[in-house]
Amino acid sequence: MHKLQCWIDKMGIRFVLMVNKQGQTRLAQYYEYLTLEERRTLEGEIVRKCLARNEHKCSFVEHRNYKIVYRRYASLFFLVGVDDGENELAILEFIHLLVETMDRHFGNVCELDIMFHLEKVHFMLEEMVVNGCIVETSKANILTPVQLLDKAS
Amino acid sequence: MAMSGMRGLSVFISDIRNCQNKEQERLRVDKELGNIRTRFKNEKALTPYEKKKYVWKMLYIYMLGYDVDFGHMEAVSLISAPKYPEKQVGYIVTSSLLNENHDFLRLAINTVRNDIIGRNETFQCLALTMVGNIGGREFAESLAPDVQKLLISSSCRPLVRKKAALCLLRLYRKNPDVVNVDGWADRMAQLLDERDLGVLTSSMSLLVALVSNNHEAYWSCLPKCIKILERLARSQDIPQEYTYYGIPSPWLQVKTMRALQYFPTIEDPNARRSLFEVLQRILMGTDVVKNVNKNNASHAVLFEALALVMHLDAEKEMMSQCVALLGKFIAVREPNIRYLGLENMTRMLMVTDVQDIIKRHQAQIITSLKDPDISIRRRALDLLYGMCDVSNAKDIVEELLQYLSTAEFAMREELSLKAAILAEKFAPDLSWYVDVILQLIDKAGDFVSDDIWFRVVQFVTNNEDLQPYAAAKAREYLDKPAIHETMVKVSAYILGEFGHLLARRPGCSPKELFSIIHEKLPTVSTSTISILLSTYAKILMHSQPPDPELQNQIWAIFKKYESSIEVEIQQRAVEYFELSRKGAALMDILAEMPKFPERQSALIKKAEDTEVDTAEQSAIKLRAQQQSQTSNALVVTEQSHANGTPSVGQLSLVKMPSMSSHVDGNSADPRLSPENGTLTVVDSQPSSADLLGDLLGPLAIEGPPSINVHPQPSSNPGSDGTVVEATAIVPVGEQANSVQPIGNIAERFHALCVKDSGVLYEDPYIQIGIKAEWRGHQGHLVLFLGNKNTSPLVSVQALILPPMHLKMELSLVPDTIPPRAQVQCPLEVINLHPSRDVAVLDFSYKFGNDMVDVKLRLPAVLNKFLQPISVSAEEFFPQWRSLPGPPLKLQEVVRGVRPLPLLEMANLFNSYHLLVCPGLDPNPNNLVASTTFFSESTRAMLCLIRIETDPADRTQLRMTIASGDPTLTFELKEFVKEQLVSIPTTTRIPIQQTPTSPVAQPTSAPAALTDPGAMLAALL
Repeated sequence: MHKLQCWIDKMGIRFVLMVNKQGQTRLAQYYEYLTLEERRTLEGEIVRKCLARNEHKCSFVEHRNYKIVYRRYASLFFLVGVDDGENELAILEFIHLLVETMDRHFGNVCELDIMFHLEKVHFMLEEMVVNGCIVETSKANILTPVQLLDKAS
Repeated sequence: MAMSGMRGLSVFISDIRNCQNKEQERLRVDKELGNIRTRFKNEKALTPYEKKKYVWKMLYIYMLGYDVDFGHMEAVSLISAPKYPEKQVGYIVTSSLLNENHDFLRLAINTVRNDIIGRNETFQCLALTMVGNIGGREFAESLAPDVQKLLISSSCRPLVRKKAALCLLRLYRKNPDVVNVDGWADRMAQLLDERDLGVLTSSMSLLVALVSNNHEAYWSCLPKCIKILERLARSQDIPQEYTYYGIPSPWLQVKTMRALQYFPTIEDPNARRSLFEVLQRILMGTDVVKNVNKNNASHAVLFEALALVMHLDAEKEMMSQCVALLGKFIAVREPNIRYLGLENMTRMLMVTDVQDIIKRHQAQIITSLKDPDISIRRRALDLLYGMCDVSNAKDIVEELLQYLSTAEFAMREELSLKAAILAEKFAPDLSWYVDVILQLIDKAGDFVSDDIWFRVVQFVTNNEDLQPYAAAKAREYLDKPAIHETMVKVSAYILGEFGHLLARRPGCSPKELFSIIHEKLPTVSTSTISILLSTYAKILMHSQPPDPELQNQIWAIFKKYESSIEVEIQQRAVEYFELSRKGAALMDILAEMPKFPERQSALIKKAEDTEVDTAEQSAIKLRAQQQSQTSNALVVTEQSHANGTPSVGQLSLVKMPSMSSHVDGNSADPRLSPENGTLTVVDSQPSSADLLGDLLGPLAIEGPPSINVHPQPSSNPGSDGTVVEATAIVPVGEQANSVQPIGNIAERFHALCVKDSGVLYEDPYIQIGIKAEWRGHQGHLVLFLGNKNTSPLVSVQALILPPMHLKMELSLVPDTIPPRAQVQCPLEVINLHPSRDVAVLDFSYKFGNDMVDVKLRLPAVLNKFLQPISVSAEEFFPQWRSLPGPPLKLQEVVRGVRPLPLLEMANLFNSYHLLVCPGLDPNPNNLVASTTFFSESTRAMLCLIRIETDPADRTQLRMTIASGDPTLTFELKEFVKEQLVSIPTTTRIPIQQTPTSPVAQPTSAPAALTDPGAMLAALL
């Protein structure tokens, strides 16, 4: 009866994907190990499912044992795979936090920024999520290492 | 300038971007991979900058979905680079490209450790993050103490400690032993005093993992979590950077509330109160605002608060408030909120007592089943499925059937399975069940498995009333132009067996039945042809007097199939042909099939099993490896249970000789093995075991000597019986004491005496809910046995100890309740004659080494067989007068009454279905009530009650009770007295004594009869 108790020790975030509206992957970060083949299949299925949805539909898609929480910004889709039972709206806003953080760094972030500064986006994400758990939500703190690197070069 | 000056990389990315198609992209990638490979061959010539550049290209290519099977060493080697930019790339690319079992990773262990214990903060962070993402068992063993030290070190800055927390979480998941629970619990509590919200956010994730494995050890963290929540809710000392659209870190709020849900309950009243204050504020204070982000964030917090309230079993008022809120959500325009409203309402179904409030939203939920968004439709389907019971099954199943006609392919399978399960579980009558399944086959035959139509045949065969109806329905479907093959099978079978019952109807003569069935033959597969041949033989047998034309037609078909290459068909054709020429013998051999033995529905069993492990099942496909890696702790504990408990049963079975042990061994195996992971071995076993059981059952009786026969026929009850007997000798109480019930059992019982659903019993492992419907002298109860754990509860046994006056029949209670599953056990009650005795449920189960045995009073009490009836003065007084005195009318002065204002007393009476009729008694201090009592011996019998109170002394009163049956009058008088004298919440005599011997009743009755006279005299 108390099913709530039974979301035993789940990871939370299982992957973060950024895909443009043509379905090309711009960033993929997995927090569980999947083989390349599994990734390709999974990404294909999810992208097909989510990109076919219009803006009147909700931001959650159930796929296999994942729940996909997604959000679209202009030409770019942010797709986050989480465990069933994860708080969907919290993840939805986490996506927005990531976008705002990139915005603060790049200023009006666009797909090209992400493509050509893949490493920076990785650094930011790395500051925000470890092992599928949210670690930091302060934009200033998230951006510290990236700025450090900018100074170094 | 892009990519921190890595021009080569930018060029490569541009090239990829400019590719017109996948083929061009592949060529460009191959070229680049070749280039990198040659560069790496001469590694020494590479500058760190070049290495860095190539490693990034590798990551980029990998991300595009191309295999990169070289260069891993180069990526790992960058970890030991002295400079930050190279080191950083090394760490990040390594954790993206490699998995935890990669050999190269082990080579880096020392470098990583040096970075972790070194003085350079940024290096520490990089190393902790990588280990946190991909660290394996070896990392856990060699690094855990260092990571723990960093996490609690006061000299360490938050930026390092927050990473250390999640790094430790990873190591703990790899090997739970690295965290010494005794020592760590206090540290964890201290850690929650932290002010920095980053450290708190990651520590909270760590706490969730720790608490979910062992909540007892981390009890001291509970009040800290509440403090953190209060701090956030009141916005105390929250830096601007952690405020998101005006909301203090919604993520930390959510995580903290999640952590609180892993504690089974909160007992400390102060902690509970402060928590509820916060929750109440969240529930009431979350408004819809224009800004989407703010709205989402505040609702994220709100939904988590709802989940926590549900978990805490808040008071009914708060629960209703939650359902009301969810009811509002499922009707809003915003699709996200609608989706979440449905999802959370489904979770809410787990809470007892609110189902009825949820049912009020049925219409709205059905609307959502037609939503354009499949995500929302799925949630609506789950919710409808969960909220379905006998009362609304017809409506819900009919909605599902209607939706099935338009549903897209992706949902049809789930829909039809759910409709079939609900139809079987809650069918108000069997003809409806047959209707539903036939409709299902008609609309979605592809998804109706053989199990389902076999079940229909079983029901029809076993219920004579149903046979003409089913035959008529089957006949109707055959008129449809294109029907599914399953429909051909089920119709042909039913018409073969029972078609003759329709003989007088138009279009149903043997000949007509034959020809309409035979029309289908050219389109069906061989397995169906076999069924059709049997049907023809049956039709032939039933056509009396024989119709020569039909006979010749059917014989011709048998002849034709005598040479079929399908052995099954050939054999049937040959045999039926020969048989049909034997005249009278044919009648005997092809007579109606005997009734099927009762057995559990394969469908429901399957449904129960899949409900439990759908998650795991689909997980297997994708994460088989990962699972054993990430959640070691979980797997280990489950296995120990799986191995530990059933082996007891097995041992006792092994002692049994020969056949019987074989059968038992087989039937025990399939249950055991999936949990142990050796799926392949037993794949085909369950069905064959079943078959064996049937076939060998009778044999065993002839074979082995009598001692062996005894345990054989029903293996589980047999072996469990001995366990129960053993505990009966040992004082039951002591054994059961190891598991403490949650809540007061007596209070729960008394609450259930006046309402029809609620929790009867709960402990950390199980919750027993009850739901009852009473009609006249009959009761239909359902016991909901919910396993709260992730391991099965075994040796489950429920025995009903009914008092003399109740006939009670409990349906089969499964021996094992699968993890997290809820089993429903209907219990039928018939009231034979009036009595206040109480039925007792003797319930036992085993969890790990705990044997729990509880005896619970069942709320099948006298007042359940009462129906309030309003009586006018014209009806009351003649009745009252017609019952002159004892033994039909009894009077008693009762002292020591709990003083109640008259109005409250009236309410109390009404709650027991004794309907107070105001105005009948001219004296305002008196109450008159009437009710109808139902039992088999008395039938419906009117009971009249009059209470005369003394306004000067509320602790005494005189009551007079009258009915047409002396026992009823006496029992009802005693019952009312009990309600007036005792305070319902006090614990009463131990229940074991309640089934009083029936002899006691008459002897006590006369004693009481003499009483009122004397009392009356005294009062007068």
